[in-house]
Formats: sequence, C-alpha cells, structure tokens
Amino acid sequence: MDTFLGLDAITLARIQFGFTVAFHFIFPAFSIGLASYLAVLNAMWLIKRDEIWLRLFNYWIKIFAITFAMGVVSGIVMSYQFGTNWSVFSDRAGPVIGPLMAYEVLTAFFLEAGFLGIMLFGREKVGDGLHMMATAFVAVGTAISATWIISVNSWMHTPQGHVIGENGQFLPEDWLAIIFTPSFPYRLAHALTGAYLTTALVVGGVAAWHLLTGRNDNRAVRRMFSMAMWMAALVAPLQIFIGDMHGLNTLEHQPAKVMAMEGHFESHPEGAPLILFGLPDQAAGLVRYSVEIPKLSSLILKHDLNAPLDGLDTIAPEDQPPVAVVFWSFRVMVALGFAMLGLGLWSLWLRWRGRLYTAPWFLRAAVLMGPSGFVAVTAGWITTEVGRQPWTIYGLMRTADSASPLDAPAVGASLIVFICVYFAVFGAGVMYLLRLMGHAPEPGEPEGPDTEGPIRTAGRQAAAQEDKV
Amino acid sequence: MSLAVSFDLTVAWALLLALAVWIYVVLDGFDLGIGILYPAFPERRSRDLMMNAVAPVWDGNETWLVLGGGGLMAAFPLAYAIILPALYPPIVVMLLALVFRGVAFEFRWRAQTPGGLRLWDTAFFGGSLIAALAQGITLGALLQGIEVEGRAYAGGWWDWLTPFSVLCGAAVAVGYAFLGACWLVLKLEGEDQTPFRRLARLLGLVTVGFVVAVSLATPFLDGDYYLRWFTWPSMALAAPVPVAVAVIVLLLARSLTRHEQDWLPFVLGLALFGLCFLGLGLSMWPHVVPPSVTIWDAAAPEKSQVFMGIGALVLLPVILGYTAYAYWVFRGKLDPDKGYH
Ligand code: HDD
Ligand code: HEM
Ligand code: HEM
Repeated sequence: MDTFLGLDAITLARIQFGFTVAFHFIFPAFSIGLASYLAVLNAMWLIKRDEIWLRLFNYWIKIFAITFAMGVVSGIVMSYQFGTNWSVFSDRAGPVIGPLMAYEVLTAFFLEAGFLGIMLFGREKVGDGLHMMATAFVAVGTAISATWIISVNSWMHTPQGHVIGENGQFLPEDWLAIIFTPSFPYRLAHALTGAYLTTALVVGGVAAWHLLTGRNDNRAVRRMFSMAMWMAALVAPLQIFIGDMHGLNTLEHQPAKVMAMEGHFESHPEGAPLILFGLPDQAAGLVRYSVEIPKLSSLILKHDLNAPLDGLDTIAPEDQPPVAVVFWSFRVMVALGFAMLGLGLWSLWLRWRGRLYTAPWFLRAAVLMGPSGFVAVTAGWITTEVGRQPWTIYGLMRTADSASPLDAPAVGASLIVFICVYFAVFGAGVMYLLRLMGHAPEPGEPEGPDTEGPIRTAGRQAAAQEDKV
Repeated sequence: MSLAVSFDLTVAWALLLALAVWIYVVLDGFDLGIGILYPAFPERRSRDLMMNAVAPVWDGNETWLVLGGGGLMAAFPLAYAIILPALYPPIVVMLLALVFRGVAFEFRWRAQTPGGLRLWDTAFFGGSLIAALAQGITLGALLQGIEVEGRAYAGGWWDWLTPFSVLCGAAVAVGYAFLGACWLVLKLEGEDQTPFRRLARLLGLVTVGFVVAVSLATPFLDGDYYLRWFTWPSMALAAPVPVAVAVIVLLLARSLTRHEQDWLPFVLGLALFGLCFLGLGLSMWPHVVPPSVTIWDAAAPEKSQVFMGIGALVLLPVILGYTAYAYWVFRGKLDPDKGYH
C-alpha cells in the first residue's frame, strides 16, 4: 500500500476528517450560544429601551457575523468530507444518515442563512418586530442544526432502527428509532449546554478584561459580565450533571469507551478505583504511575462501592480504542468542567459580598477561563470519537472499511493544504475577533476605529439607529 | 434508448436535485461572478458597492450547494460515494476556494490596512474564480464519464483533467461573470451601472460562444450522447433546446443594448442557464454517473426517499417563501452612499 510521509491513506483521511471537523465545531460552539445571547439582548432592548442593551447587541453582532461566516465555510467543507474521505461509509450509511442531514439543510441551514441578512443589516428595513423575529429564527436555526447533526452522530454511536441489506447498505426501518437513539438525548443536551457555557465564558472573559483595564465604570461591560457569570454559575453544574448521565449512558452502550476513559485495563470484580492521573500503556495493558482513589469509579458509575466493573481485558485487542488519547482528553474536559464550576461558585460568593466587578484575581481568572470552553468541547469530541474506535458505526462497520479508495499522496497533499489554509484563514479571523473584543462596547457603539469606508452595517447601521435614541 | 419513463420517486428526486443544483448555479453563480469581476474595478468605492450587492444574500445562495451535496448523499448515496472520490481534487479545491471568498465578506471590512484590504479583495476574487473554474471542471469531468467498478470509483487521479473539462471550467467561470454583471445592472443605476451593462454585453457574447462550444463537443464524448442528439426520435425532444437558446440570446442582445428594464438581462440570463441545464439533463439522462450508473442503480431505498420527500414537499415552499422575502427586503437599487439604509 502506498504511503505519504509514512502514513497510509486511511490514517491520512482520518486526520483530515478529525482536523476539519474539530475546526468546524469550534465556531458553532460559540455561535450557537452567541445567537441566543443576541436574541436575549435584542429582546431586552425592545422591552426596556435602555440603551445599553442595544449597545451590547451591536457589539456582539459584529463578532457573531465573523464567527458565523467561519462556521458556514468550514461546515460546507464538512458536508463534502463524508464523500471525499469516507465514500464506502457514505454509500452504505447514506440511506440512513443522508435524509437526516438533508433535513438539517431544510430545517436549519436555510432558516439561518435566510434570516441572517435581515438580522445583520435589516433592522431599519423591516422594523424592530420583524428584526427580532429574524434574530430569534437564527438562534433557533443554530439549535435545530445541532439537533440533526447530533442525531446523525448519535446513530453512529448507538445504531438502531435499520436493517442491513444484501448490498451491505444500512436500510432505514423506523425513522423515529433512528433519530432518537439511546445516546441522542444525552449527547444533544451535553453539546448544547457546552455551547452555552463556552459562550458565557467568552463573554465573561472579554468583560473581565475590560473591567481589569480601566473600563470599570462602563455599564455595558458590567452588565455583560454579570450575565455571563450567572450563566457560568448556573450552567457549569448542570453540564457536569448531564456529563455524568451521559457517561452512565455510554457505559451501557459503549463500555469499551468508558474503560478507556477510566484507564481500566483490568477488570475489578470488587469495586474499581478512580484513576486520577497516570500514563496509560496500552501495549503493557496498565496505567503507569497512577494516582487512584479506591472504589470511587464503581461509586460514580454504578452508585455502589463494591460493584464489579469489567476492564479492557474483556475486549478483544482489535476492538479496543486507543486508550491514552481518550484517557487524557477526557481528563482535560472534566478538569475544565470543574474549573468552570469553581469560577461560577467564586462569582456567586463575590456577588454576595458586592465585589463581583472589582476582585482582581477573580477577574484575571475569568480572563484566563475565557477560551476554556473551546478546549473542553474539543476534548469532549475527541473522547467521544476516538473512544468509538475502531468503529465508524459502532459494532457494525469498522473505520478501516469506511474509507474512500484514495491514494495516500492525494489525501496527504490535500491534508497539508487544509492545514495551511485553515490556520491562515481562521487565524486571521480569530485575530479580527480579538481586535473587536479589544474595544469595549462604548456608548453609541460605533463600528470601531477600523472602518473608514462607507457601508457595511453589521454594526454601522445599528449604530446609526442607536445615535437616534 | 428511449426517453420515455414511468414516473417514480427516483425520477422525482432526480428532478428535485437537478432543480436544487440549478438554483445553486444561478444564485451562487451571480455572487461568484461579482467576485470574478473584481479586478476590472480597482477602486474601493466600486468594490464596496459590488460586495454590498450580494452581502445580505450570499449565505442563503450557498446553502443550495449544501442541499445539493446532502441531497445527493441522501437520495443517491452510491452516486455521492463514486463522484466525490473520483473528482476529489477539483472538489477539494472548490471547497477551499469557497472558504476564502466566504470569509472575505466579513474580513474585508475588518482589515485596517490597505495591505489587508488588498489581501481580502484578492481572496474574494481568487476564491470566486477558482470555485467557478472548479465547478465547471467538475461538471465537465462528470459529463465525460467516470470509471466505475463494483460500487466504487476505479479510475486514476488525473482522469478529471481533460481539454473538455477545462473548456467547461472556463465556460462556467465566464457564465458566472456574466450573471454577476447582469445582477449589478439590476442593483445599480446611472453612472454606476454603465460599466456593468457594457461588461454584460461582452460577457454575454463570450458566454454564448462557450455554450456553443460545449454543446458541440458534448455529443462527441460518448456514443450515447451522439445518438441522443442526432437520431430520431430523441432528436425531436432535444431539438427545441438549441432553438430556445437562440431566441433567448436574441432577446438578451436586445435588452442589453436598449436601456430599459434593468431586470430583464438577469432574468434572461437565468433562462439561458436553465436551458443549458436542460440540455445537460437530456444528455445525461438517465445516468447520474455517466456512462454506467443510472439513477435507479444509485437510488436510496424507498423509505429514505419517502421520508425525505415529505420534508422537501413541506419545507421547500416555505424556504422559497422566506428566501423570496429576504430578497424582497433588500430589493431596489443600492444607494452608494448609504449602503443598506
Ligand atoms: C464546555 C464544554 C464541556 C464541558 C465543561 C464538559 N463537557 Fe463533556 N463533552 C462536551 C463538552 C463538555 C461535548 C463537546 O459537548 C461532548 C462531545 C460529544 C458530546 O456528546 O458532547 C462531550 C462528551 C462527553 C462524554 C462522552 C460521551 C460519549 O460520547 O460517549 C462524557 C462521558 C462527558 N462528556 C462527560 C463530562 C463530564 C463528567 C464533565 C464534567 C466534569 C464534562 N463532560 C464537561
Ligand atoms: C456530529 C457529527 C459528526 C459525525 C457524523 C462524525 C463522524 C465521524 C466519522 C465518520 C469519523 C471517522 C472515523 C475516524 O476517523 O476514526 C470521525 C472521526 C473523528 N471525529 Fe467525528 N463526527 C462528528 C462530529 C465531530 C466533531 C464535532 C468533532 C470534534 C470537534 C469530531 C471529532 C472527530 C475526531 C477527532 C475524529 C478522528 C478520530 C480518529 O481518527 O481516531 N467529530 N467522526
Ligand atoms: C461532521 C459533521 C458536520 C457537518 C457535515 C456539518 C455541516 C455544516 C454545514 C454545511 C454548515 C454551513 C451551513 C450554511 O451554509 O449555512 C454548518 C454550519 C453549522 N453547523 Fe455544522 N456540521 C457538522 C457538525 C456540526 C456539529 C456537531 C454541530 C453542533 C453541535 C454543528 C452546528 C452547526 C451550526 C450551528 C452551524 C451554523 C453556522 C455556525 O453557527 O457556525 N455542526 N455545518
């Protein structure tokens, strides 16, 4: 078999798919939350007619427009990656997942795209009421989109509702069973909550930055900081709770994944320890230098200190996922989840003491945690997806059998181009985002000092309206 | 081969997908075309105007491409699984080009330096041009036939690159530029409009030249196409298409020289693309991957088609409705000084 830099075509296709989808998800993780936040801000402006709501709306919508554009272009790549990289999978699973993705286009993408223009540029043209509706449609669209694609993804993890035809195709039998697979509600709830949390942390981080750098009397900054910290305090524990339920569900349907997450190479008939840290060594089948708490894993997973738990020794080697990646990505996510919980609790305490906007170490922590949501959601996906290996459709179709008949040099070359282009383009985008975030939302929120040109109105036109207020 | 078929769900899906692709081609066609015209207008003011003529709608336009891809996977999974690996290089290039031109819509307004502005202007132009070329090449490569063995692509890495596919690439790029110019005739007025009217005339002429060239080359690609166009009785069905093209071309020439009804050239442009599409369909029918895979070979099982069909039947009218509404909100001439006010 031919190779490219020592990697075969399947490995390259996997790297390419993982890279492009991980990049893609960064943007929805933020825009799902931000779209809802904007809808809330706009509604508050319409109800209260207090200028700071509009100021915040105008501030975040510029950031939303850029994030959304990056989400769209990276998403369009994804809708073709199934065919370019996983053509055998597409042929065989297409009858089941294709319609779900088509529904995503029909119910979500068109809705978002159709009303995005009005949300960004249309306030003056359609009036406040219809503009509010457009904003709400975009927000709802992002959530619908997440629902369908997570339904697809969940079916691949816990497939049901199909039969396998004689040509090897998965043929749909029962659509409701296909859409609502056992892991779907948990995965959807966890991913959506994760998106809200991610957004709250970004908003909070930006606000904290401005509070720290002398914009402490800016009402809008204080308002968004307060909102973000409420969100973090309420949603972080919820996220941990949902994550725990998700894990229990995974234990039921994909025990090998949980074994990898936990680093349980051996079975523990009398209660399994919780391994906090250590170096998994898959070849040797053990975790080196492990720091463990006896029986805690059984308590978490089975709610019983002495419940027996099987280990990877019960799974055939060719059916085991790569343990180290899953083990570590899971720990990164969980650690960040608890850090977010800590931040939320700290905010409650300071709020109670009346020092929410002034405690310098807390504000620094909030800045530091600003990007943590992105790391957590990416780590979460890596846990989920790598933990599913070696299967694309769990238990039914192997990753190795899913790939396109591609030559390694072709995939390798395109992978390199993808990496270069993504880092260059999205790097520039992130730079523009940071620059926008670097300005505080000032009264009369202008489009910033960066546009001497006329037109374009993500903020400009709304700013003009704000001036009239 | 007979053109008569009994109407079934697979045919309905083929028609629906063809419709989605045609809508994509004309809608994203005009906004890619505007990018292609960028180098002809170096001043900032015209470029701002040109981009603003599509900024509120480009995302919706591009969504039809996602429907095309997703719909193909859903309704004809085998075709999706063969075509994408076979045309891997041009498709990947197209996707990357679309990345550049898509982000340019936002990034361009954020660039603080003349260098940055130039960079994203170039990305907008380059992305649009390359995406158009790649789409044309993809179309040409599909039309000239794809080698299939079992359920997979069996050809080599460069099969897609032939003089014919390059001809199609150029044709699509010029055609998009033509549509873009027509759209700007519609959206602008007075002095701003004049250069685009002139360009539309020129590009219209070149587009027609390419249409003729591609049409003449197609029948000689494959025995079936030839028989389809030049033997009785299928000729009777095919013949009206070139005749209609000729009529449209005459009307176009008239509407572009007379200065009335700014919307007419664009609408005639849509009709011209529609006819090309019809011609294409007549050549390919009933194959989704010429020369060997028919729509029935590639069709998803009936359960998939029905489930999706219900959704499409209910949702497409709604989508067309609010898309039309979005266009209507931003209707009328662009005001160069006020943008969207
Ligand atoms: C801000 C984001 C975020 C945070 C703080 C957490 N997660 Fe998470 N997690 C995700 C975002 C996420 C995610 C990106 O949304 C994933 C990937 C796929 C999925 O369904 O959700 C995920 C997957 C995921 C899985 C894999 C499920 C599977 O596919 O089988 C488990 C078991 C958990 N999470 C559990 C937790 C626990 C116990 C957490 C807290 C301490 C936690 N997550 C915090
Ligand atoms: C929701 C829709 C998704 C579907 C249908 C999906 C499907 C797939 C498929 C088919 C593979 C190939 C199997 C493989 O490469 O091993 C894969 C791998 C992968 N996916 Fe997902 N995925 C989805 C979402 C995501 C997201 C949002 C992320 C990350 C943010 C992600 C991260 C990965 C990674 C890292 C791999 C590579 C794993 C490996 O190669 O071991 N996935 N996924
Ligand atoms: C491999 C799987 C995926 C594919 C094929 C995919 C495909 C796409 C496509 C084609 C778009 C652009 C739509 C447009 O033109 O407007 C898009 C955007 C989007 N996707 Fe994905 N997607 C995947 C994974 C995900 C996941 C896992 C989520 C959420 C949980 C998600 C949420 C969104 C959202 C909210 C948007 C709107 C744009 C944005 O907010 O950035 N996608 N996706």
